[in-house]
Amino acid sequence: MADTQSKEIDTISGVETTGHEWDGLRELNNPLPKWWLYIFYATVVWAVGYWVVYPSWPLISSYTAGVIGASQRADALAAYNAGLEERAKTGEQLIDASLEDIRSTPELLEFAMASGQAAFGDNCAPCHGSGATGAIGYPNLQDDKWIWGGTLDDIHHTISYGVRNGNDEARFGDMPAFGRDGILDDEQVTQVSNYVGSIAGLEPEDGVDLDAGLTVYIDNCAACHGEDGKGMQELGAPDLTGSNYLYGKSIEAIKNQVNNPRNGVMPAWAPRLEPATVKSLAVYVHSLGGGQ
Amino acid sequence: MAQAKAKYLTLEEGFFAAFLLVLAFACVIIAGKTYDQVMAFHTSIGALFAASGAFIIFKNYFDDGGVDIPQEVGGKPNYNLGPIKFGAWAAVFWGVAGFTVGLIIALQLAYPVLNFDLPWTNFGRLRPLHTSAVIFAFGGNVLLASSFYVVQRTCRARMPGRIAPWFVILGYNAFIVIAGTGYLLGATQSKEYAEPEWYADLWLTIVWVVYLLVFMGTLWKRKEPHIYVANWFYLAFIVTIAMLHIVNNLTIPVSVFGTKSYILWSGVQDAMVQWWYGHNAVGFFLTAGFLAIMYYFIPKRADRPVYSYRLSIVHFWALIFLYIWAGPHHLHYTALPQWASTLGATFSIMLWMPSWGGMINGLMTLSGAWDKLRTDPVLRMMVVSVAFYGMSTFEGPLMSLRSVNSLSHYTDWTIGHVHSGALGWVGYISFGALYCLIPWLWKKRQVYSLKLVNWHFWISTIGIVLYICAMWVSGIMQGLMWRAYDRLGFLEYSFIETVEAMHPFYVIRAMGGALFVIGSLIMAYNLYMTVRYGEAEEAETASGEALAPAE
Repeated sequence: MADTQSKEIDTISGVETTGHEWDGLRELNNPLPKWWLYIFYATVVWAVGYWVVYPSWPLISSYTAGVIGASQRADALAAYNAGLEERAKTGEQLIDASLEDIRSTPELLEFAMASGQAAFGDNCAPCHGSGATGAIGYPNLQDDKWIWGGTLDDIHHTISYGVRNGNDEARFGDMPAFGRDGILDDEQVTQVSNYVGSIAGLEPEDGVDLDAGLTVYIDNCAACHGEDGKGMQELGAPDLTGSNYLYGKSIEAIKNQVNNPRNGVMPAWAPRLEPATVKSLAVYVHSLGGGQ
Repeated sequence: MAQAKAKYLTLEEGFFAAFLLVLAFACVIIAGKTYDQVMAFHTSIGALFAASGAFIIFKNYFDDGGVDIPQEVGGKPNYNLGPIKFGAWAAVFWGVAGFTVGLIIALQLAYPVLNFDLPWTNFGRLRPLHTSAVIFAFGGNVLLASSFYVVQRTCRARMPGRIAPWFVILGYNAFIVIAGTGYLLGATQSKEYAEPEWYADLWLTIVWVVYLLVFMGTLWKRKEPHIYVANWFYLAFIVTIAMLHIVNNLTIPVSVFGTKSYILWSGVQDAMVQWWYGHNAVGFFLTAGFLAIMYYFIPKRADRPVYSYRLSIVHFWALIFLYIWAGPHHLHYTALPQWASTLGATFSIMLWMPSWGGMINGLMTLSGAWDKLRTDPVLRMMVVSVAFYGMSTFEGPLMSLRSVNSLSHYTDWTIGHVHSGALGWVGYISFGALYCLIPWLWKKRQVYSLKLVNWHFWISTIGIVLYICAMWVSGIMQGLMWRAYDRLGFLEYSFIETVEAMHPFYVIRAMGGALFVIGSLIMAYNLYMTVRYGEAEEAETASGEALAPAE
């Protein structure tokens, strides 16, 4: 039993032990390190000072508010409002200016481009990509091919109301499901897909009657996509002769689209963003390289 | 044993057997009636485990039942080592598994295709698997095993109970299995570090109460006049974790036949309770518990007295009183009122020196034995661990300040901070403890190869440095990019640009993680070889075992 206090001097450090021993473990009787103790006191003093200055201790139905009346909520609101005010100086001019004016006034254009880029990154990039180059099913906004038109006003309208989303002003076009709904049989689908491929510069499949394909095209497709296949922007019918195949450019992809058109959607942004922001987005997207 | 069966089942055996049989029966009923597949699976496992437990109790009784286990053999305490051996190997197993899952999710963040588009393998389910596996499975088993060892040795008494210690260690690991499989199958409370659903929580509560009883029972039986400092820390860890676990998991199950439950708290109160729990899980599980390990294994390995008894008392009580207030610093700039936020930050700053008290006592214990760092990689690992502890307990208060937090919060800086504590402090002190404990338990002179320990040390140290540096750079960059405005007051970067910018650092982090995993595999091999081929030690103390160890 180690009940008898057996304090001894540790030979290496010259410090006395406490005399306790457990499984061979002993303890030295060193004092608290001074620097440790003083820093600890200093942190306590600092904390008490902080409590005096800032809101800190809860009371029954309120809290100690601190002597300087600090409020992080008020600070945040003030900073937010200051930011809004700062931006409103130029931003408000955007609301009244026409899109064309914005584009031709350097000061407004600079502001709209900065605002548009920021809004694009947070709202548009998830689908169209941060570089606006699009993806399968999401149009490339860098090129000069436009499904719904590439003028400032066209772009502004598309951004404001979106595509096929139920909004009254939304862009709307509805390509029939020629294959799925049995409007065309498999052979006709093959023929017309090869014909469309041929005007887009694709190599047709072997032994497909392209003339028959042309007939099917004229009877079923030309009403929207035009006899020359150049499309019709009012209907959102894409140009079939170019490179902007939204769902992939191959005979297989075209067949797929004739059988089961995707009819993709885009949200309406006017209900979600400030009018000036939507205008800025239109100017920004228009500037990307393909604006008309 | 050839002695006659003089007795009936002891009260303890009877109680546990009856409890497990009732539990098995209840599980079978729920498994039969439930519409919830996860519940059916878990109650089936529960029935199997509980029935096996009852079977083992009876089998053991019929094999050698009724024979009292001697408290002393040859004048020396007859320490109960079986559950400790199990816990030590469970720690090695869960450690390697948990680190590997960590590596997988690190790779998923760098290369999202590795989610494989499957519900069971996506990041959202693997992340809690990783955190629970390393904290509760690896860390928990190290704590259970080491606490059973330390409390017996420093009290010079066999821990009480024939079944209870085994119930604790096996029951705890059963909890791990239920929790882990639950995450993969989608059963979660969605509370960070407290994801297991109500039935797993209830089971853990029972196991934990028995743990507390076994631990306090050993203290009660002690042959030493005083209680050693490591045991104060272990006791603080056990008691506080019980309180935190219960309060943060006050949920009401939708039905006993289903996994889903709802928490009593709502809104900001729930958030506050959650981070009171979350922060103190760090404070009392990952700090107090592992400080206990430090207080036994470092002086033991260095063969030096603890530097300052006085410091150990003062920093212990300061830590206990201050830690519990610091939780709100996890919720700066949220719906939490500013006063709570201020209190949390100030208590975090005051916590700095109490935390460092442990570091000072750990490091200064080496005075007079610093030369051992050159020759003993195990001691070096534990000392570096204490250094990481000091670093992360300085970084923590720093990050708790609102102005720093507004930059660091939600960024990878937090992940880097956590891992300097987790890999450096908790990981290394645990590895050091295992390198000591396994030779002691199997009565080997030393680990199989100190050279391999050295390799483990250097490989994983490089891994940790890569990990935390990558996360510091990535986190601070991310924070700065989020708050960057252009001249006209618009955000400079979109969110996706900040994600892209982090990619290279995610790759570096995964490389660091891979090195840490490799290190842990080296350790597992080394420890296996220690048990299998290590050089036996001349009999030092006679200490038999109660039950056949489940190795």
